[in-house]
Amino acid sequence: MNPGKTEQLKTENKNGEMTYILAWAMLVALTAITVGVYTLHLGTAGVAIALVIASLKAGVILLFFMHLRQESRFLQSVFLLPVFLLGAIIGLTFIDVWYR
Amino acid sequence: MNESGIQPGFYAAPGSRTGIFSWIFSTDHKRIGLLYLFSIFSFFAVGVCFGLLMRLELIAPGRTIVGPSTYNAFFTLHGVIMIFLFVIPGIPVSLGNFFMPLQIGARDVAFPRINLLSWWFYITGGLLALLSLFTGHGPPDTGWTFYAPYSIRTGTNVVLAVSAAFVLGMSSILTGLNFITTIHRMRAPGMTWFRMPLFVWSVYATAWVQILATPILGITLLLVIIERLFGVGFFDPAKGGDPILYQHLFWTYSHPAVYIMILPAMGVVTEIIPVFSRRTVFGYKAIAFSSMAIASVGYFVWGHHMFTSGMSDVARVVFSFITFIVAIPSGVKVFNWVASMYKGSIRVDAPLLFVLAFIFLFSIGGLTGLILGALATNIQVHGTYFVVGHFHYVIFGGAVFAFFGGLHYWFPKITGRMYNEKRARLAWLFLFIGFNALYFPMFILGWEGMPRRYYDYLPKFQPLNVVSTVGSWIVATGLILLFANLLRSARKGAAAGPNPWGGTTLEWQTSSPPPHENFGEIPVITQGPYIYNPSKGKGHGTA
Amino acid sequence: MERHRDDIGARTGMWLFLFTEILLFGGLFMLYSMFRMQHGAEFHKAAENLNRIAGTTNTLVLITSSLAMALSIAAIRRGRKAASVALQATTVLLGCVFLLIKYFEWSTEIGRGIYPNSPALLKLDHGEILFYGLYFVMTGLHGLHVIIGISVISFMLVSTAKGNITSTDHVRLENSGLYWHFVDTIWVYLFPLFYLVT
Ligand code: HEM
Ligand SMILES: [Cu+2]
Repeated sequence: MNPGKTEQLKTENKNGEMTYILAWAMLVALTAITVGVYTLHLGTAGVAIALVIASLKAGVILLFFMHLRQESRFLQSVFLLPVFLLGAIIGLTFIDVWYR
Repeated sequence: MNESGIQPGFYAAPGSRTGIFSWIFSTDHKRIGLLYLFSIFSFFAVGVCFGLLMRLELIAPGRTIVGPSTYNAFFTLHGVIMIFLFVIPGIPVSLGNFFMPLQIGARDVAFPRINLLSWWFYITGGLLALLSLFTGHGPPDTGWTFYAPYSIRTGTNVVLAVSAAFVLGMSSILTGLNFITTIHRMRAPGMTWFRMPLFVWSVYATAWVQILATPILGITLLLVIIERLFGVGFFDPAKGGDPILYQHLFWTYSHPAVYIMILPAMGVVTEIIPVFSRRTVFGYKAIAFSSMAIASVGYFVWGHHMFTSGMSDVARVVFSFITFIVAIPSGVKVFNWVASMYKGSIRVDAPLLFVLAFIFLFSIGGLTGLILGALATNIQVHGTYFVVGHFHYVIFGGAVFAFFGGLHYWFPKITGRMYNEKRARLAWLFLFIGFNALYFPMFILGWEGMPRRYYDYLPKFQPLNVVSTVGSWIVATGLILLFANLLRSARKGAAAGPNPWGGTTLEWQTSSPPPHENFGEIPVITQGPYIYNPSKGKGHGTA
Repeated sequence: MERHRDDIGARTGMWLFLFTEILLFGGLFMLYSMFRMQHGAEFHKAAENLNRIAGTTNTLVLITSSLAMALSIAAIRRGRKAASVALQATTVLLGCVFLLIKYFEWSTEIGRGIYPNSPALLKLDHGEILFYGLYFVMTGLHGLHVIIGISVISFMLVSTAKGNITSTDHVRLENSGLYWHFVDTIWVYLFPLFYLVT
């Protein structure tokens, strides 16, 4: 099957320059926040917050810079597969190391 | 057309290159499939030689032909070659490369040049592995698992062998992403997901395992190299590291790798059964989904290789439990196969013989796997010949027998000629008898406590070891018969015609051998495959 | 034979490749989690010694390089070849800046006698040995990816200048962009894990 022309167009990314610049601004802001939180020295909670912020940043990069928003539904759904898998690998190893 | 009336097909592909260059630089999926086929079976031959040498050493206790360090190199290279250079690439890169595009009605794979690149990576990896034999301070002696800390301390040529496995991993990843993209993007009109042949489903599930598991092997091997060169200490307790984490990383890949070996074999079996029973597959969706289920649950059971490693009790129980769950989808498949044959008009030709052997041997391998998966019994047989028997039943008796079945089944399509049926059955008989003589005694030996990976054993184990070694000679004879028959038939066999078995999948709708670009006109699909009742249609073509 | 063109397919292939990269780094993230769980306090102590200013600067450098990359694709889509080339050059340049800063950071640590298996390092606590081990291996592997990214984008830059990448045919550039953004994403995680674990 030749990939339909319409399908090609639907996923053609139409992001304007402005979208990118806004995404960039968000990333800079999030970097500032994470460094700011660091200066409070919150201990383990601080690490958790830093990771949440990192994931937000990764989300911005994925959705806007990498156009995951406009990709095929297939890619959007399977993208979580490696991430979930990595979580499971860490989780299962954790069960070993934690209870040892 | 030549004197026997066989079209040259893709063997006469147009192109500027001739001779060997028309193969090693070809981007035609059929040529690459055959390149791979010859490459992996060449390495298989080398691996078999190491196996025979080990069996010869073990014919009597004490030193027979080689000493301990040579023996260690033997089982390491036997393992590395058989796993990384033979069964892991195995069916997908050869038969999969050749037939998956044909079965979905495509002219080639999505990335033909990456396909060729993966073969070059494969060859590079293979040469590196062979090079590790003759350079440095002796061939690697760690076993194919490269366990830390020994792999980091031993003076032998581990870096080269590990790099070889790393490059082979890259090759495997490229094949995987190529096949997934192909199956998503290149299906013929009307070839919906649930009209795809089940071999394609199995290759698809395998490809996912290839891309999602192999990188973990990549980083593990990379770390072995880094540890050897820089001594970072991740696996070295003296520096705070933990060797058990090496095992976690290694088996996170290497258990799913078992599915890279067995899933495509199950796919081949599922293709052969309906054709030789003239019945539709029983439970098409159950088989398709069980492939995916095996591929996904299979990720979470790796710890069953580590029951005696010092892992925590909670983890051991969890891993043991999940291991039992994986047995379910495998069981589903076996029942579906048997049900598919029930009341069929069965035709017992060589492909089906190999399939029957597969079902029998794989079931034994699977059931002994449950003994190994159960925590309590595992402790008894861990590290013994029971394990060696188990995985040869699964990999050799399972994957490789199915591979042989597929080779015979598709031989007429690949070459345009028929193999000699009588000789094929003879080879099968030798292989089947020899196989059981070679490996069944290992279950008993292991149960009685004979450890694996030693060149020597207690004298009381000798009788069964002799049986096993004699079995290895019978297997070797069977292999020679099988390949001699196929090679001879490739030149001398009678013309086979496009569809000698009356198959209903697309590869049988084009000429034998298929032309360059596979189909004159891309077919349009209106129903599922495997339809043998004329009142219900013709599947993907003339039944 | 006319070459079968399928941009969606090409991008799918690239994404699948990135999945493998996630899991390649994933093995290291797994080790990081286990070691950090066992040695939280020492990780903290060792992280104090890293240069947070350099780390933050590098974060901003990579984010900005990603912006330039994204804009270069937007430019070529509108057929503005010169702008696209200039933006790709910016990406490459910022990539080099990142490596330069990293180089100075590593030199400082090595200057202090801290590198894998060094006598000074082995005198420290286990947790600190592991922290620095992870630091060198993970930023090293990431740095390698930056180098690969720079090479690929330089190649695309030449192709764009030569007119081989155009407003209607630029999936190669898009894929290089995906790779570059991915490398950026990895750094987004490395930054807090090494510089902000306190
Ligand atoms: C004629 C064929 C074969 C013979 C005679 C043979 C023989 C053996 C023997 C005796 C061992 C045990 C070595 C020891 O633990 O001391 C062994 C190990 C092994 N075999 Fe085979 N084998 C054959 C075919 C295969 C095939 C087809 C595969 C896989 C596709 C395979 C994979 C392995 C692996 C992975 C090991 C473990 C190596 C290790 O302990 O590191 N073998 N083989
Ligand atoms: Cu396993």
